[in-house]
Amino acid sequence: MSRYFTEEHEWIDVEGDTATIGITDYAQEQLGDVVFVEVPDEGTEVAKGKEAAVVESVKAASDVYAPIGGTVTEGNSALEDDPALVNSSPEEDGWFFRLTIADRSELEGLMDEKAYKAFVDTLD
Amino acid sequence: MSDENEEQPPIQTLPLDAWHRRHGARMVEFAGYRMPIQYTGEHGGIVAEHDWTRNAASLFDVSHMGQLSISGANAATELEKLLPGAIASLKEGRMRYSLLLDEDGGILDDLIVTNTGPNLAMVVNGACKWDDIAHLREHLPDSITLTHYDDQALLALQGPKAAEVLGSIIPGVADLSFMTGGSFEFDGTPIWVARAGYTGEDGFEISIHESGVSALADALVADERVHPAGLGARDSLRLEAGLPLYGHDLTTDTNPVNAGLGFALSKKRREEGGYLGHAACIARLEDGGCADTRVGLVLEGRQPAREGAKIYSGDKLVGKVTSGGHSPTLGHPVAMGYVDTRHAPDGTQLTIDVRGKRLPTRVVPLPFVPHKYHRKGA
Repeated sequence: MSRYFTEEHEWIDVEGDTATIGITDYAQEQLGDVVFVEVPDEGTEVAKGKEAAVVESVKAASDVYAPIGGTVTEGNSALEDDPALVNSSPEEDGWFFRLTIADRSELEGLMDEKAYKAFVDTLD
Repeated sequence: MSDENEEQPPIQTLPLDAWHRRHGARMVEFAGYRMPIQYTGEHGGIVAEHDWTRNAASLFDVSHMGQLSISGANAATELEKLLPGAIASLKEGRMRYSLLLDEDGGILDDLIVTNTGPNLAMVVNGACKWDDIAHLREHLPDSITLTHYDDQALLALQGPKAAEVLGSIIPGVADLSFMTGGSFEFDGTPIWVARAGYTGEDGFEISIHESGVSALADALVADERVHPAGLGARDSLRLEAGLPLYGHDLTTDTNPVNAGLGFALSKKRREEGGYLGHAACIARLEDGGCADTRVGLVLEGRQPAREGAKIYSGDKLVGKVTSGGHSPTLGHPVAMGYVDTRHAPDGTQLTIDVRGKRLPTRVVPLPFVPHKYHRKGA
């Protein structure tokens, strides 16, 4: 399994043709207390770089973009009851949705963990 | 391409800017200032800061607000020509919530007037202070002196433990009751302390020269009952307290009648008139109100409705949310908005459109969380 990162602070785990997507620890820290997450329904077609989910913190609603295009197979239903999972376990239990990857070449250009860490270090 | 002729006012820095950063504040631009939105670390985060305010005491920096005063012969009478509140009868040390109105009764700003003895002091919203100054200067006669205390900082200490804490540093302040204020001293510096705030909690606002504010902030947070809190918590607290925010719940398109601020139209002055917007306000009162009314709304589930979301009764558009979010105290979303007056009675079932989804909502009385002001005799 490989994990990739985007400059919009999403992470993406790739296993075969399946991708699991969430937001990074840095992103949840910036958002603050998460009170609601709207995940896409099964069967939704998402395109790389387009809005796929919405995360609501106490202060504001923020879009979450799909780091790769594909067909959603599952939204994380645990977030309905416990949206704070995004704060407590952003890069594991607080994942947002899974999809079947449409085009693996879209993974090109995404950052690995080391590159993402270096990117975050350049912010504020 | 940028327009080089367009003058952008420079973003200002609060006197406590370095202090906030030292305490882990995340700074954002608000009302032309870099302001702390929330703090990081053990006690930081909007929900933690919000809860701490409801249970202990939080220190807010509200130095972006405008601190003005007017003085001169007939200052109170002249100010009464611009505000619907009774100012001439305001006793020394007393404060009153009032409104700057335009000719149509539209709200230009909401503010607090205090009779400090030598002057009538006003605290106005940070985002409108320059417009307020222009409006006051335009309408007040030249014999009235308008002063903008732009070198005074303003701190708010809010919460059930605020009186004990502040009383231990500044003896005598605990004797103040809600909406009264007086002159005190901190570390040899004269300060003005008012028992007021905008969180629904008991608390104080302290006006102090910018040169002394850092020492006062240090003295307050040295008490373990006090943590700093940012704009984020201030907003969720005032929303739970059902208090309208200028620029959102109040604008020139709203008026004291539909905003539910009829208490700011003092009875005597309603009858006597003589202030800008009086005729328009009276017409609305006599016509039995307005087409729309500010209401409180609770939502089921967890998804908040934000400012701008449309409110429906069945398929009919009946209003708009003016502020909304998650209520940390209640644990569910709440909102304020304006709805068609026929749909304003408590208990009315409505829906709010959030990104194409209709969220069920119900009109409820404000405030969402009861006020805990320290009223005289209470």
